[in-house]
Amino acid sequence: MKQEQIILGIETSCDETAAAVIKNGTDILSNVVASQIESHKRFGGVVPEIASRHHVEQITLVIEEALQQANITYEDIDAIAVTEGPGLVGALLIGVNAAKAIAFAHGIPLVGVHHIAGHIYANRLIREIQYPALSLVVSGGHTELVLLKESGSFQVIGETRDDAAGEAYDKVARTLNLPYPGGPHIDRLAHEGTPSIKLPRAWLEGSYDFSFSGLKSAVINTLHNAEQRGEEIKPENLAASFQQSVIEVLVTKTISAVKEYDVKQLLLAGGVAANKGLRAALTEAFKEVPGVELIIPPLSLCTDNAAMIGAAGSILFEKGKQSNLALNGNPGLDIEAF
Amino acid sequence: MKVLAIDTSNFTLGIALIDGNQVIGEYITNLKKNHSVRVMPAIDTLLKDCDTLPKELDKIVVAKGPGSYTGVRIGVTIAKTLAWTLNIPLAAISSLEALAANGRYFNGLISPLFDARRGQVYTGLYEYDENEQLKEIVADCNILSSEWATRLKEWKRPILFIGQDIEIHREALSEVLGELAVFVPYSLYNPKPSELAFLGKNKEEEDIHLFVPNYVRMAEAEAKWLEQQENQKNDESER
Ligand SMILES: [Zn+2]
Repeated sequence: MKQEQIILGIETSCDETAAAVIKNGTDILSNVVASQIESHKRFGGVVPEIASRHHVEQITLVIEEALQQANITYEDIDAIAVTEGPGLVGALLIGVNAAKAIAFAHGIPLVGVHHIAGHIYANRLIREIQYPALSLVVSGGHTELVLLKESGSFQVIGETRDDAAGEAYDKVARTLNLPYPGGPHIDRLAHEGTPSIKLPRAWLEGSYDFSFSGLKSAVINTLHNAEQRGEEIKPENLAASFQQSVIEVLVTKTISAVKEYDVKQLLLAGGVAANKGLRAALTEAFKEVPGVELIIPPLSLCTDNAAMIGAAGSILFEKGKQSNLALNGNPGLDIEAF
Repeated sequence: MKVLAIDTSNFTLGIALIDGNQVIGEYITNLKKNHSVRVMPAIDTLLKDCDTLPKELDKIVVAKGPGSYTGVRIGVTIAKTLAWTLNIPLAAISSLEALAANGRYFNGLISPLFDARRGQVYTGLYEYDENEQLKEIVADCNILSSEWATRLKEWKRPILFIGQDIEIHREALSEVLGELAVFVPYSLYNPKPSELAFLGKNKEEEDIHLFVPNYVRMAEAEAKWLEQQENQKNDESER
């Protein structure tokens, strides 16, 4: 009997074309990412049509590279896991159709994976998940708290009512004339400044939801008013104040959810998890909640990749989930229903 | 030699399997439905009905555009992935050329076309030579249909227009070309995937990894960006 489970993961939901091979849901045999960021920089953001065009250029190359690095053949693959949503529909379609073509050609089972489930299960590549677990998902398109009562079950207990945290970062960065993508620049600037400017925090009492549009507007107003009065505001200080406001809300709500749901682990997930300020603040705060393990994946597993899709696919495949050849890209896929 | 042909460049979803000189099966629909959901099941059904395993295929032929950007990409992605993963050659044919094949016995020039919005079409000019081979006379392009008609008039020969979008441009074309403009009947509006298969059967193979659709048009964002760069350059040189 075969002992190992091998999953080929494919991810094309935004501007990275990625493929990876995962063993037993936990071991990375290969993890290949072709980033398009250089191409989109000139437009100040991801252009969907351009992203789709790049995915077609890269898709077979990236998958071939992943298979070669993992040194496996098609007979070794138990299932192909592919991101079915959410994301840019034209981009999703490239990964989904490539995955279906390979699955069909070699008679390999296919599993559609939710992109955020992927981000969450990136943590399983670091440490075995213990349930119940809570995940704080922060990325360009998402800010949510997801409760995992058991393996492969997702319950959104809080989410953003307007902008995602990453979106607010990008918009504030644009206001400060920082290059795209703005998140890392704000993070860097914030470490050079002091949080001396008073900015609001949207607590939304009695809920685990988030809101960042008010904060974003406050930053823009602060800059605008200072300009009118002829005062100079140090961008470092504004970045530090903005970052502190975002992080304070994220961390405070996370800690209270961790206590309320009595979880064993907190899994940080999504591209904004690369933020040094957030990592440091979470590490500090979790010293106050002994017995709860904080898992922070390395940067390469926080940004979009296919290893995470393979890891999530492994769990779903084990639970008996399979997709058929009619699998579609679904830009609005719901994590609780998929 | 078993060849699988795939065309999803426009509303027509066409899959064909040929073996040597014989058409084994064709699957054609002309619906405003999502290609992404339907192409792989269509290929699966056709191959099963024809008792053919994916591993028995010898070549893949794909319609490479122009057409709907998303539609073309779905067909091209499936075709290049199948060819790569089955380790067989991939050939690509213009989506317009495949459509031009519907004009095989026409005595004149052939202009297949797809609507490209705002009075424009994707089109090209083709002709069957004395050996019954389809030849490209004017390369595929994106042009106003009125302008295209004016260019075609210079040939002083009958022109056969093919495609279901001729409805949209019939007036503009007839106005300029008068009786030289000939339009195919409804039954020849849509490309036949078996024609695509035969066109690609002996065509040289593509480099699978590097192969991309022929969109004919630049992405809008890129065109705007280039225009901006150009304007900036001009501004600087004026200073
Ligand atoms: Zn992501």
